[in-house]
Amino acid sequence: MTSQETARQSAAPWVRLVVRDGNLLRLFIACVLIFVVMTLLRPEVFPTVENFRSMGSQFPEVGVLAVAIMIAMLTGGIDLSVVSIANLSGVLAALFIRTFIPAEASDVQVVIGLIGAVVIAFAVGMLCGLLNGLLVARVNLTPILATLGTMTLYTGITVVITRGNAVFAENRLTFIGNTYLFDVIPIPMLIFAVVVAVFSVILNRTAFGLKLYLIGTNEKAARFSGIDVPRTLIGAYVLSGLLAAVVAIIFLGRNNSAKWDFAPSYVLQAILVAVLAGVNPAGGSGRLLGIVLAILALQFVSTGLNMLLLAVSGGQFFKEFAWGALLLIIMVINYFSERRR
Amino acid sequence: MQVKKLLAKQETLVALTLLGLCLVIGFINPVFWTARNWFDLARSATVTGIFAIGVLIVLISGGIDVSFTAIAVFAMYTTTVLLKDAQYTGGMWLFFVIAALIGLGLGLINAFFIARFRLPTLIVTLGTQSMFRGFLLFVIGSKIIRDIPPGMADYSKAFLFTVTDDRGVTVGLHSAVLWLVAIAILAFVILRYTMLGRGIYALGGSREAAERAGFNITRTQVFIYAFVGVLAGVAGMIYGGLNRQANAQDIVGQELDVIAATVLGGASIMGGRGSVIGTLLGVMLVVVMSNSLVLMGIPATWQRVVVGAIIIIGTAVPALRTLRRQRRSVNVEPELLAPVGGRT
Repeated sequence: MTSQETARQSAAPWVRLVVRDGNLLRLFIACVLIFVVMTLLRPEVFPTVENFRSMGSQFPEVGVLAVAIMIAMLTGGIDLSVVSIANLSGVLAALFIRTFIPAEASDVQVVIGLIGAVVIAFAVGMLCGLLNGLLVARVNLTPILATLGTMTLYTGITVVITRGNAVFAENRLTFIGNTYLFDVIPIPMLIFAVVVAVFSVILNRTAFGLKLYLIGTNEKAARFSGIDVPRTLIGAYVLSGLLAAVVAIIFLGRNNSAKWDFAPSYVLQAILVAVLAGVNPAGGSGRLLGIVLAILALQFVSTGLNMLLLAVSGGQFFKEFAWGALLLIIMVINYFSERRR
Repeated sequence: MQVKKLLAKQETLVALTLLGLCLVIGFINPVFWTARNWFDLARSATVTGIFAIGVLIVLISGGIDVSFTAIAVFAMYTTTVLLKDAQYTGGMWLFFVIAALIGLGLGLINAFFIARFRLPTLIVTLGTQSMFRGFLLFVIGSKIIRDIPPGMADYSKAFLFTVTDDRGVTVGLHSAVLWLVAIAILAFVILRYTMLGRGIYALGGSREAAERAGFNITRTQVFIYAFVGVLAGVAGMIYGGLNRQANAQDIVGQELDVIAATVLGGASIMGGRGSVIGTLLGVMLVVVMSNSLVLMGIPATWQRVVVGAIIIIGTAVPALRTLRRQRRSVNVEPELLAPVGGRT
């Protein structure tokens, strides 16, 4: 055994994964490259604690949504309704907080009230996911269509409940957006880390996770090998809805309010992250590590461009261009590297 | 037998629903049957209808395009800026020519990535949507232009004919609807009577089979995305003209609604199936429903709930019907599988 091989075997599992998977490797290189370039261009503002705190509170929303999209994509489906679910559960959680936590509430009351709000949000998210799952698995609707319809439906329900107005959460959850663990790590980032940890166990260590990949690889084969395909699919969409509800809590934590038309562009951004991460939209393959690397790369690009183009009018829009370009460039590189093999 | 076959078609189902809906709305509020209301409906359906025909062609070919709204707003805004800077005072036709050319250019960019690298269409158009919109807002401009050139401003009053109702209000049918009619006929002819159209259906049915049958896939795909680009450019220009302003942040965000209306009209998102008539019916159903809520005394806040419900029910009914048909035919399967299972 050569020393090189020993080194490769003793390396951490994620390092081995990155080295073996071309797409992950390219994403990793992109991350490092953007980071280094930005550090060289803006040494006084980019590699600072201040900047990391601000970046760390920005990316988790789309990051968690991308995990939700990934779960659906693994089965060969897609969930376009995630943001509308987040807005619906956010609105209901905010209404719960307003109704059941009085202004002069004691600490215990506040804690119980907040737990209630989170439970409401999660329950709504899972319920919405259940409807998606039923439409996809039992009615046999194409996932794009099913979730396109429910996206409009959930948004509509939110409009009806709020009459189109924003609902404020009385600053009860804003600690999520303002608190930092060890003064550096924002709570949303912590939530993202927990989501990634929990889902890496679900996807890699449970029978359910394996079934998701199998269904996405070959649904017919999965069915004939005895997997209850409809039930697994429903499970996938329920989980996706649950993750959307997690995002709802982060939204409330950052904005102190929920509204029916908040962040519609996050749907396509989350898909973009998932695809960039190497999740196959046709199902069967994709890794959470890819999501982490992809969202980091995009965050570095956005923040970096913001810093570079601060003085230019409309500079904040350049990142949209850069994101699209990055997606296409990585896809084209993947095309060439796959053809070489 | 003939009737049964006709009833089994999604187009018939949508047409009957639309008809029933019109009767119910008209019964609740006779205002529905006034010329004014129908001119409004036609106006609302024009831009969505043109977009939907583009979406239809992409869906038939087995693809999906989410970038057409970005192309539309890009073409509309850029054309307005160009002609405003040039202090152009002539007619609207030049706006359409330039917007169509810009749409063609952007459509060809989509076609390049899709045909050359064989990348999934959703991913490519997701990327280009982001790029087109980012480029527009960053390089060309992001402010709303209300002081539009005279040719474009006059276009909002380019009525085909006007009617004065009994209360003395003059209303007109806007000429933009002619664009929709012309484009619908063009798409119908291409899809039904040309080899190109056959190729689009074949590509959506099975890429491999289409290739073996001798269709030039690259050329077909280039045509599809270029054509959609041109349609998007024209539709965007109409949108700007009707609204008497150019807003660079408009239109993008409607793409999923348009796709939903198209699918409601019977186009399969898996490719290979769909018709111009079905698409127009689907668009009309959504437009009539969402424009008539107030006439029926339903608060406007319910609009999205109703549209969402229409999409879900409208797609679930045929899906369930297919499922039942499959279940019936599945009964044969155990016998077919027997030799496999019995092999030892």
